[in-house]
Amino acid sequence: MSVLNSNIPEGKMSEKWENYKEHIDLVNPANKRGIDVIVVGTGLAGASASATLGELGYNVKTFCFQDSPRRAHSIAAQGGINAAKNYQGDGDSVFRLFYDTVKGGDYRSREANVHRLAEVSGNIIDQCVAQGVPFAREYGGLLDNRSFGGVLVSRTFYAAGQTGQQLLLGAYSALSRQIAIGKVQMYNRHEMLDVVVVDGKARGIIARNLITGEIERHSAHAVVLASGGYGNVFFLSTNAMGSNVTASWKAYKRGAFFANPCYTQIHPTCIPRSGDHQSKLTLMSESLRNDGRIWVPLHKEDAEKVRNGSLKPTDIPEDRRDYYLERRYPAFGNLVPRDVASRAAKERCDAGFGVNKTGEAVYLDFASAIQRYGKVQARLHGIAESNTEEVTRLGKEVVKEKYGNLFEMYEKIVDQNPYETPMMIYPAVHYTMGGTWVDYNLMTTVNGLYAIGEANFSDHGANRLGASALMQGLADGYFVLPYTIGDYLAKEIRTGKIPTDLPEFVAAEKEVVDRINKFLNNKGSKPVDYFHKKLGKVMWDKVGMARNEQGLKEAIAEIQAIKEEFWSDVFVPGSDKGLNQELEKAGRVADFIELGELFAKDALNRKESCGGHFREEYQTAEGEALRDDKNFAYVAAWQYKGEGVEPEMHKEQLEFVEVELKTRSYK
Amino acid sequence: MNLKLKVWRQSGASDKGKMVDYALSDISPDSSFLEMIDVLNMQLVEKGEEPVAFDHDCREGICGMCSMYINGQPHGPGDRVTTCQLHMRSFKDGDTITIEPWRASAFPVIKDLVVDRGAFDRIIQAGGYVSVNTSGNTQDANSIPIPKADADAAFDAATCIGCGACVAACKNASAMLFVSAKVSQLDLLPQGKVESKQRVLNMVAQMDKEGFGNCTNTGACEAECPKGISLENIARMNRLYLASEISAK
Repeated sequence: MSVLNSNIPEGKMSEKWENYKEHIDLVNPANKRGIDVIVVGTGLAGASASATLGELGYNVKTFCFQDSPRRAHSIAAQGGINAAKNYQGDGDSVFRLFYDTVKGGDYRSREANVHRLAEVSGNIIDQCVAQGVPFAREYGGLLDNRSFGGVLVSRTFYAAGQTGQQLLLGAYSALSRQIAIGKVQMYNRHEMLDVVVVDGKARGIIARNLITGEIERHSAHAVVLASGGYGNVFFLSTNAMGSNVTASWKAYKRGAFFANPCYTQIHPTCIPRSGDHQSKLTLMSESLRNDGRIWVPLHKEDAEKVRNGSLKPTDIPEDRRDYYLERRYPAFGNLVPRDVASRAAKERCDAGFGVNKTGEAVYLDFASAIQRYGKVQARLHGIAESNTEEVTRLGKEVVKEKYGNLFEMYEKIVDQNPYETPMMIYPAVHYTMGGTWVDYNLMTTVNGLYAIGEANFSDHGANRLGASALMQGLADGYFVLPYTIGDYLAKEIRTGKIPTDLPEFVAAEKEVVDRINKFLNNKGSKPVDYFHKKLGKVMWDKVGMARNEQGLKEAIAEIQAIKEEFWSDVFVPGSDKGLNQELEKAGRVADFIELGELFAKDALNRKESCGGHFREEYQTAEGEALRDDKNFAYVAAWQYKGEGVEPEMHKEQLEFVEVELKTRSYK
Repeated sequence: MNLKLKVWRQSGASDKGKMVDYALSDISPDSSFLEMIDVLNMQLVEKGEEPVAFDHDCREGICGMCSMYINGQPHGPGDRVTTCQLHMRSFKDGDTITIEPWRASAFPVIKDLVVDRGAFDRIIQAGGYVSVNTSGNTQDANSIPIPKADADAAFDAATCIGCGACVAACKNASAMLFVSAKVSQLDLLPQGKVESKQRVLNMVAQMDKEGFGNCTNTGACEAECPKGISLENIARMNRLYLASEISAK
């Protein structure tokens, strides 16, 4: 019997959530006033949870490391948010959204959680519209939808290419309303540095005021982690610079199991790295693959010439190009899912066909789309197709209408005009499906400690579908956690205020202070970024898009060496008083190094390929991912056993009742 | 590229602060402005000195955290870019670049280039929302059709990233563009219209309380706004404010 209990309610899949809500314990309004809840993070999940818990009447303390809760990285999401509204009448339903999400996750997510997500998805849209989120609309005044990421219906709601921004500002406004009336106390520029556990229950956090440097103790009857994903373990990713794993990692060390750390989404259409000074990568919406054709030179000597600048891509004739996705996947072509497209790009670049000076880029070419659209326009305007100049001009206009803002952004960053020469793209780390293990209540293995949004693991399995992250963040924060946490807090109404002078608070604070002093007194020779970049390189080369046993074992050893070097040779300037951004980074990178090791161990343990996790040993003769449902249809939840001790892996067996397990094929 | 930098250094809120000169060599024209600062900071740390503190997070022009006043312009040269999206190819080899924090008394300096923009949060708390609870028991999203033109105009106003460049650009350090963008967004939508009058009065009162200056219709805010928020929003807010004040009395 596993130590993990997912606490999935009894009953039919479609009735679980409704039944659950009808039978949980409630807290009466007067008692809510005596209960404190801490929320860490103000992205979609954290901001929406804080607002809702405040409205319900709890005393909420919310923390973010940015200067305002409005800056959390949810703001950068472009594409959209899924909801099973079926406004288009194209056959969408709760079941279909549920089914697509389980399948898209390559059958490694928990059915009951995903079904609940699909059930509440429609409510999210109602809620956001009521808040004044300006979604895109049709001329009739109703909401517009688009299709996304290889599903068969149009269920994605959007606000131009800034959906995340608009949803986050909606949640931020609801949060601001609660801050104004004092139900939420907001702690900007504060970083959580430990969670305090008393008698097996999460009772508060230790936080550092990033402006004064003061270490603070905050107590509560429950703690909610909404601290996002850990993609920055790779150093370069599409995450914000400050995104980090520290909150989740501290929870892990206090007894919260960490699930499936190796599940990472690598997004195929990002702007490639330009050089060693690069600090982050920029994503471009995958909608570009609807019209762009991906290729590299067919011959290595051409690729070599392109890289040294002696040959232009537009001078390479058709018969010397390799449209490798169209060649390998004739049925889906350039529209294969994210994980497949990413791996194929890496394969070509590793083989020596990369096209920019770093050798890590492929072309995304709109020339044929321009001609195709141009010819249609020419016909409409009565212009001869042979008039290539006019056809090209008209074609560019169509492409501009569809992708103008993305082309502009590309030109700003790369300084090349994608209407004239093919874009260069390369995959980049984008989202982490793994995270803190939670049960159906979104509670971790520590009582009273919850994890929501990207910080938990439960809904996306081994691969996330486009436009699903925003849905999950808001579902957890607005509609799921406010119920499930009440069931726990109902038992806390007699507890009274938690004092912050308990020995557990004192001890946790001392650990935090000791660690800060250790950084500052270390007086090594290398800045924090040196180690972060070194870690990122190992992660990308050996624990990135394609993994194998030997590489993973090497990575584990190399990361252990980086850890040792870090602690003996890191240099952190300044003092613990006042703003010290190097000190902040040092703490985050120290945790990333440890996470990196667990990440590699998890990838080593999972002897199958599924979703974003590709083990080279487990592939079909054609080089496709080979899942092993018999032996690996489980969640790997890792338990911290102490410094220098191997973590213990616990299995949560995944049972598929509603969805039949199948192999994904895109040939 | 080789560059000379003049950077505002101020150890804390109570320090007087001064410009300090730095020389940088071998900067790639392809790197972003903040990556150039990263190089400077790496070199300072290696020399055992304190790096330049600056705000930044997403580095893709949407979070609104980066905020440098470069050669006398918020977010530096170039149209509609945030500091993080500005690239070094916008400068010439040998250039001298002056970098200061946002300058406005309502945005006090915390350290070096980092300022406190908490005033913006407090203005939103004064009324920048629709007073509905997040219970999920609202009516169906499609029950009120909204003319596309209104929805689009609301969206344009809503794209404000709250960076504060409008305040930094304004000779009066006025926050009218920021405040009017939120007032407009919610006034243009039926869901927000209900509370429009009280909202504009409350938000403007908070804006004044924070010590932002008055608007003299110079338009520097619109010219420097990285998201192109339009001056029309200010006109709309002024109309609404006047009407609300009269009907409130």
